[in-house]
Amino acid sequence: MPKGLVVIDRERCKGCGLCIDACPFGVLGFSGEYNSSGYNVATMLHPEKCTGCAICAQMCPDVAIEVYRQQPDQPKEAV
Amino acid sequence: MSQVSVEIPPGYQKVFGRPRALSDAPYTYCPGCHHGIIGRLIAEAIDELGIQGRTVGIAPVGCSVFLYRFYRCDFIQAAHGRACAVATGLKRANPDLIVFSYQGDGDLAAIGTAETVHAAARGENFTVIFVNNQIYGMTGGEMAPTTLPGQRTVTTPQGRDVALTGYPLKISEMLAQLDAPAYITRQSVHDARHVQLARKAILKAFRNQLEGKGFSLVEVLATCPTNFRMPPVEAQKWVTEKAMQFFPLGDLKVRDE
Amino acid sequence: MSRVLMRGNEAIAEAAIRAGLKCYFCYPITPQGELVEYMARELPKRGGVFLQAESEVAAINMVYGAAAAGVRTMTSSSSPGISLKQEGISYLAGSRLPCVIVNMMRGGPGLGNIAPAQGDYFQATKGGGHGDYRLIVLAPSTVPEAAQLVMLAFDLADKYRVPAMILGDGMLGQMMEPVELPPPVDPSSIPEKPWALTGAEGREPNVILSFDLSPQGLREMNRVLQDTYREIERSEVRWEEVETADAEIVLVAYGTMGRIAKTVVERAREEGIKAGLLRPITLWPFPYEPLRELAERVPTILTVELSAGQMWEDVRLAVEGRAKTPFYGELGGVVPTPREILSEVKKHVSS
Repeated sequence: MPKGLVVIDRERCKGCGLCIDACPFGVLGFSGEYNSSGYNVATMLHPEKCTGCAICAQMCPDVAIEVYRQQPDQPKEAV
Repeated sequence: MSQVSVEIPPGYQKVFGRPRALSDAPYTYCPGCHHGIIGRLIAEAIDELGIQGRTVGIAPVGCSVFLYRFYRCDFIQAAHGRACAVATGLKRANPDLIVFSYQGDGDLAAIGTAETVHAAARGENFTVIFVNNQIYGMTGGEMAPTTLPGQRTVTTPQGRDVALTGYPLKISEMLAQLDAPAYITRQSVHDARHVQLARKAILKAFRNQLEGKGFSLVEVLATCPTNFRMPPVEAQKWVTEKAMQFFPLGDLKVRDE
Repeated sequence: MSRVLMRGNEAIAEAAIRAGLKCYFCYPITPQGELVEYMARELPKRGGVFLQAESEVAAINMVYGAAAAGVRTMTSSSSPGISLKQEGISYLAGSRLPCVIVNMMRGGPGLGNIAPAQGDYFQATKGGGHGDYRLIVLAPSTVPEAAQLVMLAFDLADKYRVPAMILGDGMLGQMMEPVELPPPVDPSSIPEKPWALTGAEGREPNVILSFDLSPQGLREMNRVLQDTYREIERSEVRWEEVETADAEIVLVAYGTMGRIAKTVVERAREEGIKAGLLRPITLWPFPYEPLRELAERVPTILTVELSAGQMWEDVRLAVEGRAKTPFYGELGGVVPTPREILSEVKKHVSS
């Protein structure tokens, strides 16, 4: 399991791309899917690379990103 | 807004989400506009200090005119430039309130210069968040008091000619000369590291008010991709390559006692 | 109740403090200097906030903030300063924030002079700033009445959520008269303001706006204002009538001119002229109805003002051709004597 997980609120996303630019691991990209406002929403193209660092969320101007991280003390088998 | 319906697998813990002080209302800003980040940092400060129930925000005229929709706290609309006078009235009438104004460069540094300077000179105990994106956003991209020399706007189509319109106002440097202000700083939100620094500055500006230290102003350099006529990512390069050259980041006055 | 000798400006200040004034914001201007000085001396001692602002614009916006916080608040100035405050007054009216604004009028336009004048009637009664709004405008003609009307102004402002203006002039401000000051208002008797910005702890956030981008929404906000104004017009018209019962000529005058006109009526009666006076106390709402009734039986309604004829327009609107409506006015801060006005009266009576 990847260390991190990003949840993007599709309807809040305005497809500005700041999260994609900010992600140090190339996790995010445009989905090619459009929300009801007509924006090409961002998504996790490479979820396996996500560390849950939340840099994408720090840069999201629409506060559309939630970030989850695997609890460090969690044994792998339990996941 | 849409409900997030993604199943979170067990073992994962939320490490980042919307601050409680933010309402569910979607921002009305253009894609990639830094107002949204700055607005979130204010909400995080309100959450961290636990002051949502006693905070009153002052919404300006301009792109942030709908600011009152975005927070779960009391709000008032101010006339263009008058936020610091309104804040003075609110705070003097009820010193228990935590009062903040949120103002753009046209609002604070042109039509509201007098109100800002004098509130700072009096050391009024409230918090000012000053968004400097070097342009009038809402009205269509006119020259602001902070527009850089040579910068093209709809009212300086050949670029700002300093022989005709002078130089940008360095409000933070000006205010730092005054005796009363507790904290004057310039920050930026063009990358995650600077967002963290801006977050700390905004938190300090609110904490100063809680501690009765007096006037605190956080200037934040920001982009206006729409009126810069640039994609949002490119607009962020403008901040580092142009704006920060004229408006260097850092604390200009810190009165710690 | 104590009877003391006070200047108009001081009596207004003292009455405001007794009305529960918490925050007073000002910028110096003549001829209301004594009001500012009195506040600076007295208000902080009595638990209030006195603050001299950097401009009239800032002062009225401080009033806007303090009114939003739910306290009784006031500013005072004179004509040029009141012009500067108009932006803020429009926002106060649009946001339905109660406050009291004192205008001790001086000569205008422009810098004018510091002599008593009544050239700000249009500005005060027709909405001096932008948008469709009204202020409650009270026009005292003596120092005791000024004190009384200031206390009323706070009550009416709170009751209707409308800014109220005291429209005086330099003469009223400087004049000294014995005043019986009313006792201080019991703070607990001032009605609650559930709309005020007190922090959203345990309730939904309160938002104070004069803004709605949707025309339908803004129309609704305007309708609330207009409904309020209609109610004020029904309930709050105030005026004084002197010797009108058998009058063949009725003078209409307010404030300082109303006081002088009262003397004119006395002297006219001594000479056998059946003169009377209608003195509007509320300039808005204007006493249209009482004037209309008088015009049914009085052949001449003479308006006397320290202006080129501003209230005169309202008098003619009220009379609507039922009587002759001559005008006598002075300009530039010149105050006519009772004798001058009496000779004007004589021009319009048959006997």
